[in-house]
Amino acid sequence: MEFYGFKVPKAAALLFWAALWEIVGQFELLLLFPPLSEVLLALPDVLTTASFAEAATLTVTAYLGGLALAVVIGIGLGMLMGLVKAADNLLNMWVNIFLSAPLSALVPVIMIIFGMGMPTVVVTVFMFAVWIIALDTRAGVLHVSPSLMEMSTSFGASRLERFKIILLSAMPEILAGVRLGVIRGVKGVVIGQLLVSIIGVGALFSLYSQNFLMAHFWALILILFAFALSLAEVIARLEHRIEYYAGARA
Amino acid sequence: MNMTTAIKTQAETANDAIIETRGLHKVYGGGVTALQDINLSFKRGELTSLLGPSGCGKTTLLKIIAGLLEPTSGEVDVNGKPVKGPGPERAFVFQDFALMPWATVLRNAAFGLELQGVAKSEREDRARHYVAEVGLAGFEDKYPHELSGGMRQRVGLARALAVNADVLLMDEPFSAVDEQTRRKFQEDLIRLREVENKTFILVTHSIEEAVYLSDSIVMLSPRPGRLNRIVHPAIDRSGDPDLIRRNPEYLDLIDEIWAGLRAYVE
Repeated sequence: MEFYGFKVPKAAALLFWAALWEIVGQFELLLLFPPLSEVLLALPDVLTTASFAEAATLTVTAYLGGLALAVVIGIGLGMLMGLVKAADNLLNMWVNIFLSAPLSALVPVIMIIFGMGMPTVVVTVFMFAVWIIALDTRAGVLHVSPSLMEMSTSFGASRLERFKIILLSAMPEILAGVRLGVIRGVKGVVIGQLLVSIIGVGALFSLYSQNFLMAHFWALILILFAFALSLAEVIARLEHRIEYYAGARA
Repeated sequence: MNMTTAIKTQAETANDAIIETRGLHKVYGGGVTALQDINLSFKRGELTSLLGPSGCGKTTLLKIIAGLLEPTSGEVDVNGKPVKGPGPERAFVFQDFALMPWATVLRNAAFGLELQGVAKSEREDRARHYVAEVGLAGFEDKYPHELSGGMRQRVGLARALAVNADVLLMDEPFSAVDEQTRRKFQEDLIRLREVENKTFILVTHSIEEAVYLSDSIVMLSPRPGRLNRIVHPAIDRSGDPDLIRRNPEYLDLIDEIWAGLRAYVE
């Protein structure tokens, strides 16, 4: 990034907004917006409470559980759609609908089916993450080079070996889908817990907002954002390595 | 006496032809006839080119011989046995190389052996030998995206050589590499044939390439693909490979073939 001819690191943009937040906060215009310094001071406070540890464990468990389910089923579904034309005709429209539908509206229904606890949150994470993984996997499978498949056939590959080649060829797209699923899953876990609102960070959010602990509220949001972004970054790193291998595919 | 000679000659010719096609027809889904009544025999140890303009079905013919496509009617015999699919006695070299981007040069070259269930150390030894033979020694641990197009095709060739098939089927192997690399590759192929006693079938649309490399050239005419003519270039390839390109026989044959094919292009 360049600013009036000076080289400025990208993180400077973050500093600018942080400063703006601090200044606006200092005016005490809104109860909703405490200054950033106050939020940062609340951070250790939030992090050290027993209820946060409990909420974090619950959230992470629900999140990872839902995500694992979404990855396995999403890749399976995408493979099926990419390989079997009939399955694609049957499923493609529905997967696309679920991908763009406002899933938050479905959470109350999920709550009725799965109760006011952990399973609802797991299912919500799953519902948020699975469709993009399925669609990207499908795209990856459809992009597998036909000559690579002919190659494996001509050298006598078995069904299983051909399947392995399809999976590895589709890996860049699959990982792109998983990365998007990881980000969407964070949305799912927060929205699920907010709506259930008696467990995990959702319970903490309600607690803070109902007691006007806005600094704590924002601190919790910062923690969640940091969590989601670092997870996505980890996947992006992995993706970058795979892209590198896939460079010769074109 | 006469009888025995006759029988012997017959046996010899039968032995001589490694691949025979009988009455091959191929009609694609949309009613397009790609091949019509192809009867050919390919001699063991020879390099035969399938030459013709695009749309003459030469790649279709090669893929039928490879067992990758099924003919609509007719059959192909390899070593006297009818072809029902791909087999270990035939190895394919692909136009776009068809390398696995996630695997190293060595693993790509050993892939045919890996599929045959050859033990890791043995298949890597054999792959290493052929990687060196195609001129890629020192690149064993590189990935395909780190290589140029010509080098990638050398990996494709090493992979086909490593399975020790009798026949190498090459589908326009040099069309995706630049002119200089192609010339070098063609010269190397002539040298390679002195070491490896194999039968080659090469699909090409380059008259020069066909004449430069082949013992026989099968010319196909387009839409529908039919046999047009078979020529046998009698060119001495034992000396400097560069001299071939100035050999009068080479130049005359190119002109003659071009005169014959010209009609299909105009």
